Amino acid sequence: MAVEHRIATPHREGSGPAPLILRAVTPTFQPTTVEEDLRKIAATVRLKIVKTIALAGLGHVGGDLSVTDILTALYFAVLDVDPADPTKPERDRFILSKGHCAAAFYSVLALRGFFDPEAVDTFMKPLSPLNGHPNRRKIPGVEANTGPLGHGLPIGLGAAIGAKLSGQSWRTFVVVGDGELQEGSNWEAAMAAGHRGLDNLTVIVDRNRFQQGAGTEATNRLEPLADKFRAFGWDAVDVDGHDVAALHVLLAAKGGDKPRAIIAKTYKGRGVSFMENLVDWHHKVPSAEQVEIALKELTR
Amino acid sequence: MSAAEAPRVAGSVETFDCRVAFADEVIKLARADERIVVVCNDSVGSSNMGAFQKEFPDRLVNVGIAEQNMVGVGAGLANAGMIPFVCAAGPFLTGRATEQIKADCAYSQYPVVLCGMSPGMAYGELGPTHHSIEDFAWMRAIAELTIMAPVDPAETRQAVQWAAQAGKPVYMRVARFKVPAVTGAEHKWEPGKISTLRDGGDVTLAAIGTMVSRAIEAADLLAREGIAARVLNVSTLKPLDEETILKAARETGRIVTAEEAVSTGGLGGAIAELVSQHHPVPMRILGVPGFAPTGDTQFLLDHFGLNVEGLAKAARDLMGTRSRP
Repeated sequence: MAVEHRIATPHREGSGPAPLILRAVTPTFQPTTVEEDLRKIAATVRLKIVKTIALAGLGHVGGDLSVTDILTALYFAVLDVDPADPTKPERDRFILSKGHCAAAFYSVLALRGFFDPEAVDTFMKPLSPLNGHPNRRKIPGVEANTGPLGHGLPIGLGAAIGAKLSGQSWRTFVVVGDGELQEGSNWEAAMAAGHRGLDNLTVIVDRNRFQQGAGTEATNRLEPLADKFRAFGWDAVDVDGHDVAALHVLLAAKGGDKPRAIIAKTYKGRGVSFMENLVDWHHKVPSAEQVEIALKELTR
Repeated sequence: MSAAEAPRVAGSVETFDCRVAFADEVIKLARADERIVVVCNDSVGSSNMGAFQKEFPDRLVNVGIAEQNMVGVGAGLANAGMIPFVCAAGPFLTGRATEQIKADCAYSQYPVVLCGMSPGMAYGELGPTHHSIEDFAWMRAIAELTIMAPVDPAETRQAVQWAAQAGKPVYMRVARFKVPAVTGAEHKWEPGKISTLRDGGDVTLAAIGTMVSRAIEAADLLAREGIAARVLNVSTLKPLDEETILKAARETGRIVTAEEAVSTGGLGGAIAELVSQHHPVPMRILGVPGFAPTGDTQFLLDHFGLNVEGLAKAARDLMGTRSRP
């Protein structure tokens, strides 16, 4: 059953443009497990991100470009979701805990067919359903209104427990930022997930090694990160977070009788030479000339 | 309302811990609907969920002492199609996990039933860290969250039944400090509706939770002095039954509010926000003015004038004043 996502603007009733309602469209790309196709999709997502942020004059481009390949592998090769029926009960659950990387998330959802890719042009514009952080009540395909950090993993844990209690086989995936792991709520959830041996829960850490103002290790050290998860009863693996084929293989497999943590080593600003691996591009907005250079590099 | 129809009250009558009716009703629902689950923070005993755990061991999700995770798990369970009752001592549920209540439950609109156990100053001598007197103010600030404080066992049962099928997030106080049954067997609790337990045209006593039985006694005391007090049982704090409040403001011209909560931002604040903009009348707001000293619950209620005499005194004070017609 398709859900209508309508913007509620009671104080503007009867004036201004009609609310933009996001509905399923023919996907730009079909699901695929072919590496070459996944790469091509990821490249398109990156172009969309840069254009979106340039148009909005706002956004978190560094993290958007670091998480792109993870989201592409999930939505095009792994997740059992249906844009035409975004709330079907047996769907896999995906929660973007680092909700500030909404431009990447919206681009992927749109290219997968959850809504018209042109709608992404309204990102952060007044009354757009596409806020700076995702809102499940307005955007089909979104499971939780994230933004404050450290919220996604507890919600994902609850979903995974719910699936077990109701005897269902769908899986839950949560993408967390690495800096976000400084929030204690993640470790409350990690402890409980390990205790319960939830093999239907997978967390992917976008390990770009930067937070807003500095490196994670200079700010509040996370390493040894995989060992931390293992100590909490998880199966933990490291992977190149820009290798869509490797991501696909790891994401498709469960962690035995344990929850699985995939530490995906990534680079902030991946794909744009002057942004890559630089903390400055956490939420800096490129100038017109920089956008032109970025788009040229991403089209190559 | 004739005296014969008036609900029975206090005095020597039996009093009840509402957690008993609460747990019993949750178990009944769980027998009929396997989507009902309880989430708690090591609070199986204090939430009176021992019997539930015994009957439904898998559906009692104890996340340990971790309130932020507890509320997030509640939202996730709702996402998975379950009906979670998240039970924890009021201060820790509403204080420690405020942001999860805001973002994961209210803003995301997941139908989680957040149960603040032993609210108010039920943990008397344990002190202000364990008092849940800020919960009304904190929770009222969150949009699209229903806030209830059922007054006695019968209302507690009806509130539980309603919350389980409401399809939206609810914060509910579940009283531990014993209260008399103030609603009769025929009382039909309606979500969002204030019930008028005593009629009167001189002054309104608007009370919530533990204060309601005291307000009824105060009305009886005032009646002997020739003051006709109307008693309102505000068991849904949000959304507020504005019609009944404004009617009382118009018809009685004076309002006393009483709550086992801080005197800012709760019931008194809600009613003042409403009447000051639509029909201003003189008010007295009774609540807890600050961090409480050491004492048991009864001592503290008396200490802060949250008792029959305190309510009656506030009403008498107001009798010298009245808004312009």
